[in-house]
Amino acid sequence: MAALRASHTNNNFLVAFVVAFPLGVFALWFGRRAETRVVDRDGPEKDEQLARAARRVAVAGITLGAMLAIGLGIWSAWTGLEDVQEIFFSPEHLGDSAGLVSGWPASGPIFEGFLLNVKIFVVAEILVLVWALVVALVRDMPGRAAAPLRWLAIAYVDIFRGLPAIITIYLVMFGLPITQLPGMKEGEFFGPDASFLGFDQVEMLGIFALVLIYGAYVAEVYRSGIESVHWSQRAAAQGLGLSRGQSMRYVVVPQAVRRVIPPLMNDFIGLQKDTALLNIAGVFEGFAAASNYANNNFNLSSVTGLGICFIIITIPMTRLTDYLVKRGRQRTQAAFA
Amino acid sequence: MSAVVEVRGLVKRFGLTTVLEGVDLDVAEHDVVCLIGASGSGKSTLLRCINGLEPTNSGTVVVNGRQVIQDDIKLNRLRRDVGIVFQAYNLFPHMTVLDNVTLAPRKVLHLSASDADARARPLLERIGLADKADEYPDRLSGGQQQRVAIVRALAMQPKLMLFDEITSALDPELVNEVLLMMRQLAEEGMTMIVATHEMGFARDVASKVCFLHEGKVLEEGPPSKIFSSPQNERTAEFLKRTLDAGRM
Ligand SMILES: Nc1ncnc2c1ncn2[C@@H]1O[C@H](COP(=O)(O)OP(=O)(O)OP(=O)(O)O)[C@@H](O)[C@H]1O
Ligand SMILES: [Mg+2]
Repeated sequence: MAALRASHTNNNFLVAFVVAFPLGVFALWFGRRAETRVVDRDGPEKDEQLARAARRVAVAGITLGAMLAIGLGIWSAWTGLEDVQEIFFSPEHLGDSAGLVSGWPASGPIFEGFLLNVKIFVVAEILVLVWALVVALVRDMPGRAAAPLRWLAIAYVDIFRGLPAIITIYLVMFGLPITQLPGMKEGEFFGPDASFLGFDQVEMLGIFALVLIYGAYVAEVYRSGIESVHWSQRAAAQGLGLSRGQSMRYVVVPQAVRRVIPPLMNDFIGLQKDTALLNIAGVFEGFAAASNYANNNFNLSSVTGLGICFIIITIPMTRLTDYLVKRGRQRTQAAFA
Repeated sequence: MSAVVEVRGLVKRFGLTTVLEGVDLDVAEHDVVCLIGASGSGKSTLLRCINGLEPTNSGTVVVNGRQVIQDDIKLNRLRRDVGIVFQAYNLFPHMTVLDNVTLAPRKVLHLSASDADARARPLLERIGLADKADEYPDRLSGGQQQRVAIVRALAMQPKLMLFDEITSALDPELVNEVLLMMRQLAEEGMTMIVATHEMGFARDVASKVCFLHEGKVLEEGPPSKIFSSPQNERTAEFLKRTLDAGRM
């Protein structure tokens, strides 16, 4: 444990905390008593107002106390553990590794590495959206003739959901290039000299591996969405003369997709984070760059900085999800339903 | 008058339970056939077999001269001419009222968006819901939703309409607006098969009433005959019970 340095700031915090928190707890106790008097024994008007006021004081006091406690904790860790600050949050190394020292726009190895993470997951997410829908629709195909296809889809999902991501990535990225499978040779799509949207062979294989992994997860998400649309919607669509495929396309899938946006976003955040795993097979993305910097400089701030970048990009995604869900609800549902 | 529907010896089982046990039914053009019977007697199932939403076990169903079999292409063709409206409306919640009505004309009949609109708007006007065209279904009352569902089926200009207890989920004060619409359709000569608990409607509008009991048509005939002098004692019993329940 670090020694707690009693600075003036700390003292002020401490005093505020010592006052606010017990005050809140006392107000809570006092308020409950007044409330009991009003409710149980039909007490006077004055008690009712007292109870209400006490509730407010209680909430304010306890909230304030809790916030001060957290602030106090962070502050004391920060000022008390200078080595922690230096190891994880050295401004010098943060700035240096991100390239901020050399001016804006940033051009350091980590920033560029992280940009590669972003490019990889944007492309992978788009592919996952399409591929997973194909898998989900195949699993839902009717008829005996389609049975082998359905089994294939089920096997695919079972395998790639069960395999640890790092194993899939390892096998795909190290294994495929040394096979003579179609597409892997010189001049072919996944060949050693391949290039697609600015990605080289290793990066393309990395994207391929991520799509395989997350396609399995997202296919299941889609499928649960499709199943959650009541069968009567299909009956109504087919009753209108829409074919099975049209019913799926215009009636079932649009409703399913809306319902699965939140779990879909979870998987996408997972995918964003897992782009860092591709460094094991030689993709020089953000983590590779950051750990490289850390090793050379004996300081972990570059990795912390990269971590912060990953956190920051998930936040707009989360807000966007909330917004989409809310808008969907507002548009289609009665205000008071 | 030509036969629109011909059902012969229709058998339908769900697992071990036999729901329809050899049903025969004839519907001629401009007929309004009301299916009555207790809950679970197989009315909905019969309607769903007529437009191929349920596969059958034996017997034949012929609609507009085409036999109904479980073949995607044949069923798609058949359903263009057969509209169905359900108890639970089943409007598409992610589409506006107008899109609900124009979806099938656009995608099945391949009308252009403006042609489909031109077809849908007068229908919506007719039910007094033209101003709700851009609303989503959840913002309408049950009666309004059900009328939209009827209009959605009518937009395909079907030769036959199937109604499956379409007033059962409605509040009593909303029932009449929907029944009124069905009466108008009947007057215009639409061929309809109506599963219903509304005996008043059946008596006034039906050209033929069929009483279903345990998967069989026990008795059929003009409403005047069925309601005033039922031949089968089960029919009499059922009518008495519904009368006692105040549904007539
Ligand atoms: N998908 C299904 N699976 C199994 N049994 C079913 C299914 N659909 C209907 N049934 C059974 O078939 C019987 C007839 O049902 P049906 O819905 O046709 O009756 P109904 O006459 O329409 O009744 P109601 O007046 O309550 O609507 C019932 O016993 C019901 O439980
Ligand atoms: Mg029914």
